[in-house]
Amino acid sequence: METLVTQVFNGLSVGSILLLAALGLSLTFGQMGVINMAHGEFIMAGAYTAFVVQQTLGAAGLSLVLSLPLAFGIGGLLGVVLELTLLRRMYHRPLDTLLVTWGVALVLQQLARDIFGTAGVDVAAPAWLAGPVQILGFSFPRSRLFILVLAVLAVTAVVMALRYTSLGRRIRATVQNRQLAESSGISTRRTDMLTFFIGSGLAGVAGVALTLMGSISPNLGSSYIVDAFLVVIVGGLGQLKGAIIAAFSLGVAQSWIEYTTTASIAKVLVLALVVAFLQFRPQGIFTLRTRSLV
Amino acid sequence: MSTLLRSRYAVGLGFLAAAVVLFAVAPLVLTDFRLNLLGKYLCYAMVAVGIGLAWGRGGMLTLGQGVFFGIGAYLMAMHLKLADAGPGESPDFMTLISSDGVPWWWEPFRSGTVTVVAILVLPALLATLLGLATFRRRVRGAYFAILSQALAAAFAILLIGNPATTGGSTGLNNFRGFFGFSLRDPANRLMLYFIAAGALLAMLVVARQLMVSRYGELLVACRDSEERVRFLGYDPATVKTVAFAVAALMAGIGGALFVPIVGIISPNDVGVVPSIGLLIGVAIGGRTTLAGPALGAIAVAWAASTLSEQFPSGWTYVQGLMFMLVVAFLPGGIASLVTLRRRRRADRPPGGAADRPVPEPAGGAQR
Amino acid sequence: MRSAKRLRRALAGVALLSMGLGVAACGARVDDETGSGAAAASCVDTSGDSVRIGFLNSRSGTMAISENTVYNSLAMAAEQINEAGGVQGKQLEVVAEDGASEPTIFAEKAEKLIRADCVAAVFGGWTSSSRKAMLPVFESNDALLFYPVQYEGLEASENIFYSGATTNQQIVPALDYLKEQGATSLFLVGSDYVFPQTANKIIKAYAEANGIEIKGEEYAPLGHTDFSTIVSKVRDAGADAVFNTLNGDSNVAFFKEYKSLGLTPEAMPVLSVSIAEEEVGGIGVDNIVGQPVAWNYYQTIDSPENTQFVADFKARYGADKVTSDPMEAAYTSLFLWKEMVEKAGSFAVADVQAAADGVTFDAPEGTVTVNGDNHHIAKTALIGKIGPDGLIHTEWSSGEPIEPDPYLESYPWASGLAG
Repeated sequence: METLVTQVFNGLSVGSILLLAALGLSLTFGQMGVINMAHGEFIMAGAYTAFVVQQTLGAAGLSLVLSLPLAFGIGGLLGVVLELTLLRRMYHRPLDTLLVTWGVALVLQQLARDIFGTAGVDVAAPAWLAGPVQILGFSFPRSRLFILVLAVLAVTAVVMALRYTSLGRRIRATVQNRQLAESSGISTRRTDMLTFFIGSGLAGVAGVALTLMGSISPNLGSSYIVDAFLVVIVGGLGQLKGAIIAAFSLGVAQSWIEYTTTASIAKVLVLALVVAFLQFRPQGIFTLRTRSLV
Repeated sequence: MSTLLRSRYAVGLGFLAAAVVLFAVAPLVLTDFRLNLLGKYLCYAMVAVGIGLAWGRGGMLTLGQGVFFGIGAYLMAMHLKLADAGPGESPDFMTLISSDGVPWWWEPFRSGTVTVVAILVLPALLATLLGLATFRRRVRGAYFAILSQALAAAFAILLIGNPATTGGSTGLNNFRGFFGFSLRDPANRLMLYFIAAGALLAMLVVARQLMVSRYGELLVACRDSEERVRFLGYDPATVKTVAFAVAALMAGIGGALFVPIVGIISPNDVGVVPSIGLLIGVAIGGRTTLAGPALGAIAVAWAASTLSEQFPSGWTYVQGLMFMLVVAFLPGGIASLVTLRRRRRADRPPGGAADRPVPEPAGGAQR
Repeated sequence: MRSAKRLRRALAGVALLSMGLGVAACGARVDDETGSGAAAASCVDTSGDSVRIGFLNSRSGTMAISENTVYNSLAMAAEQINEAGGVQGKQLEVVAEDGASEPTIFAEKAEKLIRADCVAAVFGGWTSSSRKAMLPVFESNDALLFYPVQYEGLEASENIFYSGATTNQQIVPALDYLKEQGATSLFLVGSDYVFPQTANKIIKAYAEANGIEIKGEEYAPLGHTDFSTIVSKVRDAGADAVFNTLNGDSNVAFFKEYKSLGLTPEAMPVLSVSIAEEEVGGIGVDNIVGQPVAWNYYQTIDSPENTQFVADFKARYGADKVTSDPMEAAYTSLFLWKEMVEKAGSFAVADVQAAADGVTFDAPEGTVTVNGDNHHIAKTALIGKIGPDGLIHTEWSSGEPIEPDPYLESYPWASGLAG
């Protein structure tokens, strides 16, 4: 029983981290078809933001709270700069955006090495997130609970924004039919830019959360990018609910296989499962129904 | 189609020039050490020729070419280790980690013939299976790219996680002989270089024949509008699978020759990062052209070796900037500059035609 | 299509020609290795008033974190030697190369240093992969490599001098220490590659002979970032101590997880063999304070040689820099080579090898002596604990230098390990 509860929790926790990392991607990939390989480096930028904030402020609790909005802004700004300078001119070549953003990722990583040094840095967790908490006789790490809550909040915020704000309506219209949206007077360019801001900003938030879990080093982003893309693909293009289900399923699967076998086998098996799954549903869990052929 | 391909004499002359440079000039000019490095670049160029076919012509952005390169390389490395150990013996590295002896799936590769056949068959076979599975289900574009990337990641994890049978993160190295010939003898190393050069030229011939054939037209048609090809009664899945399998075959051979030339194969040479690294040469050289990918791959590998000698961290910036600038602003690669100039000159007299847009090289209509 | 055919014929001709050339160029077979297959003659030039040496460290890629520090201390050693008059009166001229954290690049660059730059000796390497990749290059060219990092043992090459610890100078003393502390059960956690797997093989043999129970053995892929499942397993197994052979960034995620599950060094210590002073900052002192580590050198060692070494290092690279075991071993290796060359009176590889036995140096870690049989050096084993200041403080010492025994031949329980 104890094992069951622990492993389900671990799975949900891994899933929430995947979800945070993939949420922004799901937006940008879904709406614009841009494959942003630099998304991982935006996560890294968020983590380093938390580091810089803590170095200047000192207090761990306050700096974590302050870092979240700041990292959202910095990640978002990086995204907008990337969108304006490079991606804007290549929306008709989605595959090429993958290579361009890979180049951006390489440059950002090296920049981080040259600015912060190759050695990892540490962000201290605030006292109220240290250690485990007892719930119903089971102990759960506070930091993982925090990330789980943060992921749920982030998803809720995005869903609400998409559903109830005018920006959300514009985004949904653009995803469903770009030409029609354009001719109904929506500036798809501006919508794209704002989507990119939000999507990349979410990467920054994910980065702050990850400082609670692991190392803050220039390689931080590259360890999450492949998994994040798998979540988006399994979930289905531009499908938030798909991404949520996919993230938690992959997280639980990873934890369970890891518990019964080894971490290496778990990674390989999860990848194999994804390939097999796409045999049955090549467009992911949910597909966007359109009348277009492709 | 590019003018370079159309003019047969130009192609013939190009081949002749390449043969003279590779077989006569390079061995005379370069030291043993640099010639061996060139041999390594030629192996990358072989992979690049295949990528040019699959990506440039077929629109399949494969981020997992390291898998096929790795299969070819590891098969060859397994044979060389077994041959060094002698009949019935275990390779040196295995005894370090476990005392179980040679695993069953190593045994067939004691035979050189089996190994050569496997190098020619296994990568292509795997690519065929994968291609049929994914292309029939109409998985393409970004989905295909990311799946192939995940494949490369899984392959590297598997290799690292089984040190007793694959050498783990060290990989396989320390080979003494190559089908009975000592690898320490400079004469034999020269022979290896010639084999690599010959193999690359042969692949360019194959790629050229495929490109100018009816099949080549069909492949480009699949890239530009898969649905229309389907409506015309062809099966795009089969067309694309063939190109993918040929690319895998070339990568496999490149990997197999990489092992005796470089003397080591490790997971670092086959994972996600090297797989994407292979693409930059293709993009720079010109992905849709015949010679572009090979020349680009050689140039990039050479630049990586020499630049990193001078500025260790500078190379990463250069590589990143190349990806950004070439792919964003010069999608046809360097070759498109040549074609562009030639076309401008040819089109000038009639007037107005010079403004004709250069055809979009690849990647259109994947959305 | 006719000219295409002609083209094909011409190319077939080229292919045949290349085959012919290949056959004509056939050289020595494997069997007659003694003939023309022997190593090329050394091109080291010692006629002038300087001599070239090579440094080969990862200046880029994932290992740059660690290897840059080794490069720094090697550069300092070379400068100090030059200031004191050089080696045999010749100034050292350093050729530095980047191994880029990839075994294949290490092999390529080693070959370049030996054959194109004609260096008298090469210093560097960190991961076992990089060493194993370079080994055949040094053997076939009959050149010298000085390798400065603790490793998994079971190796002794004529062409490599190992200035870091082998297993009986680090892992075995660490196990002795845990046993002395009363540990009767262990949990093994490591990265999924050759060093942890070989180390754990040795630990299991030791445990079996000493009545220690192994409660679990877990491997994480290199760069693994989520240790929730592994640490849950560690907690549930309830061993007396954890033996940690994780590598690099994984340590950060492991110790953060360990702390957030409420596990403490008092209840279940985690003894690490790959965490030195410069890694502590990245993990966060709070997450690892009080945990034991096993090495042969700490910055806190109280000796005139070490005080000088630490002061020189801080003066050169900044007061916030720390010194660690691999840096010290690299620094020592350059001085050991100098001593060997001066004892031999020659830079030639064979002469250096012949003179190596018994060469000593008063290193920051204490006096070390080269063993001429296996090319390792005798070193004192130290177990330390990480203090709140982020430095490591010695808790336990083997008292005297331990003779290197890479194949563990003097340990009865280890028979059969070397395969």
